[in-house]
Amino acid sequence: MKMDVRPPILGADRLSVEIGRHSVCRELDFTLQPGDTLVILGRNGAGKSTLLHTLAGLREPLGGAVLLAGQPYGAWPRGHEACLRGLLAQSQPDFFSATVLETALVGRHPYLGRWDWESPEDEAIALDALAQMGLEGFAERQVPTLSGGERQRLAIAALLVQQPRLYLLDEPLSHLDLHHEIAVLEHFRGLAASGSGVAMVLHDINLAARYASHVLLLDGEGGHVFGPARKVLTVERLSAAFGHPLRAVIDGDSTLFVPV
Amino acid sequence: MASTQPAIPLTPYRRSHGRARRVLAGLVLAALAAFAWSLSAGALPVSGSDLLNAITGGAGGMETDIVRTLRLPRATAAFACGGLLALAGALMQVLLRNPLADPYVLGISGGAAVGALGAILAGAASGWIDAGAFVGALGATLLVFGLARGDGSWTQTRLLLTGVIVAAGCGAAVALMLSLAPEGRVKGMLFWLMGDASSVSQPWPALVLLLMGLVIALPFARELNLLARGEITARALGVRVGRLRALVYGLGALLTAVAVTTVGSVGFVGLIVPHLVRLAIGNDQRLLLPAATLAGGVLLCAADTAARTVVAPIQLPVGVLTALIGVPVFLFLLARHPR
Repeated sequence: MKMDVRPPILGADRLSVEIGRHSVCRELDFTLQPGDTLVILGRNGAGKSTLLHTLAGLREPLGGAVLLAGQPYGAWPRGHEACLRGLLAQSQPDFFSATVLETALVGRHPYLGRWDWESPEDEAIALDALAQMGLEGFAERQVPTLSGGERQRLAIAALLVQQPRLYLLDEPLSHLDLHHEIAVLEHFRGLAASGSGVAMVLHDINLAARYASHVLLLDGEGGHVFGPARKVLTVERLSAAFGHPLRAVIDGDSTLFVPV
Repeated sequence: MASTQPAIPLTPYRRSHGRARRVLAGLVLAALAAFAWSLSAGALPVSGSDLLNAITGGAGGMETDIVRTLRLPRATAAFACGGLLALAGALMQVLLRNPLADPYVLGISGGAAVGALGAILAGAASGWIDAGAFVGALGATLLVFGLARGDGSWTQTRLLLTGVIVAAGCGAAVALMLSLAPEGRVKGMLFWLMGDASSVSQPWPALVLLLMGLVIALPFARELNLLARGEITARALGVRVGRLRALVYGLGALLTAVAVTTVGSVGFVGLIVPHLVRLAIGNDQRLLLPAATLAGGVLLCAADTAARTVVAPIQLPVGVLTALIGVPVFLFLLARHPR
């Protein structure tokens, strides 16, 4: 047991998750401290999104508990959890048209009372987040006119507007080009460095190796390995988890994993 | 990357809300104009001063009588029901996350038609026809909700499919009753089906419910904005989605049931008005709900006045006119706003 003064921002306590009859993880234990970046890796259908939704408190686990800043979700006052943790969903369907600014302002919802309207301060927060995602000047554009990558950055901007302490990201790099992939990962590294917790599902093992402090590797059958990134990311474990042989290429300080 | 972009306007969000407020103010004026037209037009035209006199309660002759006992209840009923249908349509479109949903999509009008036509077929008095329509509407609502009950992402599709099937069943029952009905009752049945405000006895329940509906829905308007963006997003931002859905479903069904009971199943108002208003002011439910309510009221009030004056002394069913006005306007606007 660590003797931190502050409780971990996120914890799983003997957590078991199932979807359908498929086991995602059995008796998973881990803690995420402020400053940590956790990357969840696993093959298609391993249940990464399901686990992330469970960690976000949107899904009841089969067993065990999820602790947000030391307390189960149910113990937080109704609605307060949305000020503490934010979720970037895998896709942002748009059934109705809306402007970019309206979409970003959605992140202020947890802070507003039932009758409140967004204040100029809320608007400034939203415009700032749009600028951080390279969307300055887009405020009045209609969302359906954006490209896939621009929509993804808009979704990330809306999450930044929410200003949570814990960021749960489901494939944050989808639709992004190389430049924006790195920009987004650097941005969340900066947020972690300033005391936030970050947990994300990624598909790129080498980006995971570069940005993760911790890795949770799901084997797709309920088994899992959790630990510091350098310890978890080995050729043997990754080859087994993804069902495809890999080899390691040493390049100075870093190790690159290449499919055989 | 954005060095060539123009400077960000200081408050684009507030500016767009300024436009929405002007649209709302315009709709209030349009509502007053629609009422004035409805009260003054007819076989006996009433002048502006006589109209003012009649409304403010001064003593008067036949004009005052006609305005107060015939035209005012009818105009009020048409306005209230137009508002009810538009508000219910806006709520259903958010609930089903489908801009093409309308208040009838869940079988409510079909159930009401079965109840009302059953009562007409049995030769019941008009009060019983209303009762039959209301019971039929609520019966269909409960049936659809009961059959489609469940939790998960398929609920919406299942709700929609169940509603469509129940509506189809009601349609068959209506056709059966029409073919069995004696000659003398068929016209009354057809008018009820198309929507008709000529036989309204009590406009006040509809108006009271319209105000209640707005008072209940508006506090949840921002949560509805989130629900329209998808369930996961809404829940992650702290919205109690299950409770909100039940509220929207129940409220939408009740509003529709009262509207259909009062003026029959007037078509197109509940589908077209929310959509038109959305094209004009965007999809913020805090503005969309009141604006759609006003616009629906204006449309039905004006359409009903036209229905009883354009080919007077023949009265047209108002539902025919809402469709005749609504369809071309809708197609025109849709063509102007390619996505």
